[in-house]
Amino acid sequence: MADLRNNFVGIKSPNPFWLASAPPTDKAYNVERAFKAGWGGVVWKTLGEEGPPVVNVNGPRYGAIWGADRRLLGLNNIELITDRDLYVNLREMKQVKMNWPDRALIASIMVPCEEEAWKAILPLVEETGADGIELNFGCPHGMSERGMGAAVGQVPEYIEMVVRWCKQYTRMPVITKLTPNITDIRKPARAAKAGGTDAVSLINTINSIVSVDLDNFAPNPAVGGKGTHGGYCGPAVKPIALNMVAEIARDPETYGLPISGIGGITTWRDAAEFLALGAGNVQVCTAAMTYGFKIVQEMISGLSDWMDAKGHRNLDDITGRAVPNVTDWQYLNLNYIAKAKIDQDACIKCGRCHIACEDTSHQAITQFVNGVRHFEVMEDECVGCNLCVNVCPVENCITMEELPAGTLDQRTGKPVDPNYANWTTHPNNPMARQAAE
Amino acid sequence: MGTTQSGILGGRLPLGEYESNFADLHPPLDKHEALVASDRCYFCHDAPCMAACPTSIDIPLFIRQISTGNPIGSAKTIFDQNILGGMCARVCPTETLCEQACVRNTAEERPVEIGRLQRYATDVAMRENKQFYTRAETSGRKVAVVGAGPAGLAAAHRLAVKGHDVVVYDARPKSGGLNEYGIAAYKSVDDFAQKEVDYVLSIGGIEVRNGQALGRDFTLADLSEQYDAVFLGLGLAGVNALRLEGENAAGVDDAVDFIAALRQSKTKADIPVGRRVVVLGGGMTAIDAAVQAKLLGAEEVTICYRRGKEHMNASEFEQDLAASKGVTIRHWLQPKRIAEKDGKVAGIELEYTTLEEGKLTATGETGIIAADQIFKAIGQSFLGAGLGALQLEGGRIVADAEGRTSIDNVWAGGDCVLGGEDLTVSAVAMGRDAAESINRVFAAAAPRATAVA
Repeated sequence: MADLRNNFVGIKSPNPFWLASAPPTDKAYNVERAFKAGWGGVVWKTLGEEGPPVVNVNGPRYGAIWGADRRLLGLNNIELITDRDLYVNLREMKQVKMNWPDRALIASIMVPCEEEAWKAILPLVEETGADGIELNFGCPHGMSERGMGAAVGQVPEYIEMVVRWCKQYTRMPVITKLTPNITDIRKPARAAKAGGTDAVSLINTINSIVSVDLDNFAPNPAVGGKGTHGGYCGPAVKPIALNMVAEIARDPETYGLPISGIGGITTWRDAAEFLALGAGNVQVCTAAMTYGFKIVQEMISGLSDWMDAKGHRNLDDITGRAVPNVTDWQYLNLNYIAKAKIDQDACIKCGRCHIACEDTSHQAITQFVNGVRHFEVMEDECVGCNLCVNVCPVENCITMEELPAGTLDQRTGKPVDPNYANWTTHPNNPMARQAAE
Repeated sequence: MGTTQSGILGGRLPLGEYESNFADLHPPLDKHEALVASDRCYFCHDAPCMAACPTSIDIPLFIRQISTGNPIGSAKTIFDQNILGGMCARVCPTETLCEQACVRNTAEERPVEIGRLQRYATDVAMRENKQFYTRAETSGRKVAVVGAGPAGLAAAHRLAVKGHDVVVYDARPKSGGLNEYGIAAYKSVDDFAQKEVDYVLSIGGIEVRNGQALGRDFTLADLSEQYDAVFLGLGLAGVNALRLEGENAAGVDDAVDFIAALRQSKTKADIPVGRRVVVLGGGMTAIDAAVQAKLLGAEEVTICYRRGKEHMNASEFEQDLAASKGVTIRHWLQPKRIAEKDGKVAGIELEYTTLEEGKLTATGETGIIAADQIFKAIGQSFLGAGLGALQLEGGRIVADAEGRTSIDNVWAGGDCVLGGEDLTVSAVAMGRDAAESINRVFAAAAPRATAVA
C-alpha cells in the first residue's frame, strides 16, 4: 500500500487532499463533515479583521459553464470572505482542531495591507491551535476593490512586505496564496519567497464572466439585472493552474519552494499531475461543491492504487518528477519526427480526423480509398501535429508514432536525423549559436 | 370489467386500459433528454446516417442545432428535405436506416437516437406553428396530385413553394393516406397525422378534394387535359387474397381495414377483436395488426409466416415489440384451409413449409390453430383504374428516377411505382423529387423574360 501521508512545510495530514479556503470550509458543521468523509486537511474560509463582518449579495453568487449532459466544467463566484463574526470562526476552528488532531487546519487570512492589522489577528489565530496560515492574496472580486486580495497579489512588493510581517509576528508556517490574474506568475512567487514565505499555493480564481443572459443582456450571475466579474474555477482552469505551478517549480529563483497545488482538481489523476509538476499537496474546492465531500474517497483510492501499480512508495516519490521535463520551446528537439497512425479496427469512420485535417490543417488524411470510405494518414503530408488525435472520439484509435532515426520521412524526403537539435542552433534562426560543446 | 368470452367482441378490457395500451410507443424526449441525446452525436463529416436517409436530411446539423438550443433551426433543417419529418420521426424504421448507419454502433452498439431527436425538433416547431416557407410568385401553372398520402403531400407542398397551384384528389374522407389509415395507433397519437396535414397545407395554394376516386369520379385523361402536370401518388389500395377454402367465413378480415378502423376510433373499446387471433403475413402490417389485437385484449395472438425469421419484412425491432406484447410469431407455416362453424371462423389449418433448392415447398405436414378471427396481411396490391394507356410493369407504374412516367406531364411516386420501397420516408423523397422535376420542366418551357430598354 502506498503511503499517502503528507508533510507539507511541517504540517502533517493523513493524505495530500485539502479543501481549499472557500464556502465548503466556512464553518465547523461543514468541516466536521469533510473530515468525517476523509479529507486530509482544510483551509478555513478566509477570516477578515475584527469588527462588523463583510456582507454578501443576496442574489445568485455562482455562474457556470457545462459540458455534455450538463457536466459542470467551470464555476465562477462572487462570494466574499467569511461573513461570520471573527470570534465565532476562531472558536469553531479551535474546537474542530481539538476534535481532529490528525488533520491539517489552516487559517486563511485577509486583512488590510497595514502592519497593525496583521499584527492584531495573528495571535488570535495562533491561539486556535491552527497548523498554519494562508495569506489570501488572490480573491479577485469585491475585496480587491478595497485594496485587499488580488489587489495585494498583483503587486510583488506588497506581497513581500505582508509575508515579512507574518513571519515576524507568528511562529505558524506561512503559505502565500497567489492570484493568476497577473502576467508572470513567477514575480509574485519570488516576492513571497523573498519575504520568507514557507510555501505558495496556487491558483486562486481567475477573473471571468461565465455567460451573458441574451434575453436581458446582462452577465451571469446577474444580481438585480447587473453582474460583475467573478472568480473562475473548476475543471476548465486546470491547464492554466498546471502551467503556473510548473513555472514556479522550474524557476531557478523559486526552485524547491513548497507549492500547494490548486485549480480544477476533480479526480486522483488531476491531483497526481499537480504533484508531478512540483506540488507538495493539493487543494480542492469545485469538485466538492459539485459532488459533495465523498469524492475524496475516489481521490484517495485512485492515487493509492496508481502509486501501487507504478511502484511509488510515498508522495516524495512523485512530487516534482515531471518538472525536469518541462522546458522552453526553443529547447525542443526539432529532429524528433512523429506521424499519426489510424488503427483501422478501432476506427468508427466518423470522418472527423479527415475534415479537421482537410479544412484546417495539412490535407494529410484520406476520405476515400478506392471509392470506399476509409480514413488513412498520408505520411508524405503529415507534419505530426496531433490535431487528429485530439478530435478523434475514440481513445487510442489515432496515435502518434515516432519515426526511428534513419527512416525516411516521406514528407521531407530526408532520413530522420538521430541527433538532438533545437531552435537555438537551427540555421533559420538568425540568433543561432553553436551548440555548447 | 373486461371479458374473455369467445367470438369477436369489443370492450374486452376495462375502459382505462385502452388508453395506456395505445399510448405513445416512444414517448417524446423532453428538453433535457434531447440535450443529452444530442450530445452523443459526433457531427460526422459526410455522415453515414445522412447517406442512409432516403430524404437525405442533414442529420448532424439538425442534431447540433438541438444541442445548441435552437430546435426551430433544427426543424427547418429537417423540413427542408422532408416536410413530413414529423411523421417520419415516428414511423421510420430508423433501426434499418439512419440509426443503423450511425458510427456509434461501431463504438458501443448504441446509435444516437436520431428518430426521437427529429421528433423533438419537429414537435417544437409544429407546436409553435412555425412556418418556414413562403410561396414563390405565382407561376400560373396548375398541377393535379392524386393521393393525399406521403408522396402526394410532399409533392404538393414543394410545388406550392415553387408558386404552382395544386389540387389534391383523394378517395378517402381524410387526407394523409397511410399516415392516417395505415399506421398502428400507438405510433401516431393525438391525431398527429391530421395536424401534420394541416401544417403542410398551411403553405397555401393547395386545394384538397376528398372523396374523389381515380377511375370512379375522374380519369387520368381528364386530369391531363385540365392541368399542366399530374402527379400520381396512389399508394396500394388493394389487398391480396388468400384464395383458400373458407376465406369468406365471418371473421376473416383484412389487416389494413382493422388498422384503419383502430386509427379512426377514439376509444378503441368499440373495435371488436377475437379471443384467439391468427395473423397471416410477415411484414409491418402483420405486426401492427397482431400487436394491436393483443392490446385490445385478445387472449392469444399468433403470427404465421410461411418463411423464416430472416425473411420477414418486419424489422427486428418490430418483431421484438410484438414478442414483448405477448404475440407468438411462428415461422415456416402457410395457410391451407380456414375451418368454419356456422359460417364463422373456427380455426385455420396450416401446412409446414421448407426451402428446397431455394424454392418454398410444402412438406405435407399440417396442423390446426383454433381461432375466431383471422387477419390477412399478405401484401397489398396496386389498383390501376382510370389510368388509360399509362405503362405498368409487375402491377406497378413505371417511372424513372425523377418520377416521370410513360406519359408526358404525368409523374408518379410512392408505393404505386415499380421499385417503391413501402416506406413513408421513401414516398416523401419521391414526391419531393417529382415536384422538382415538374418545376424544372415548367421552368424550361417558360417564356423567357424580355429585356425592356
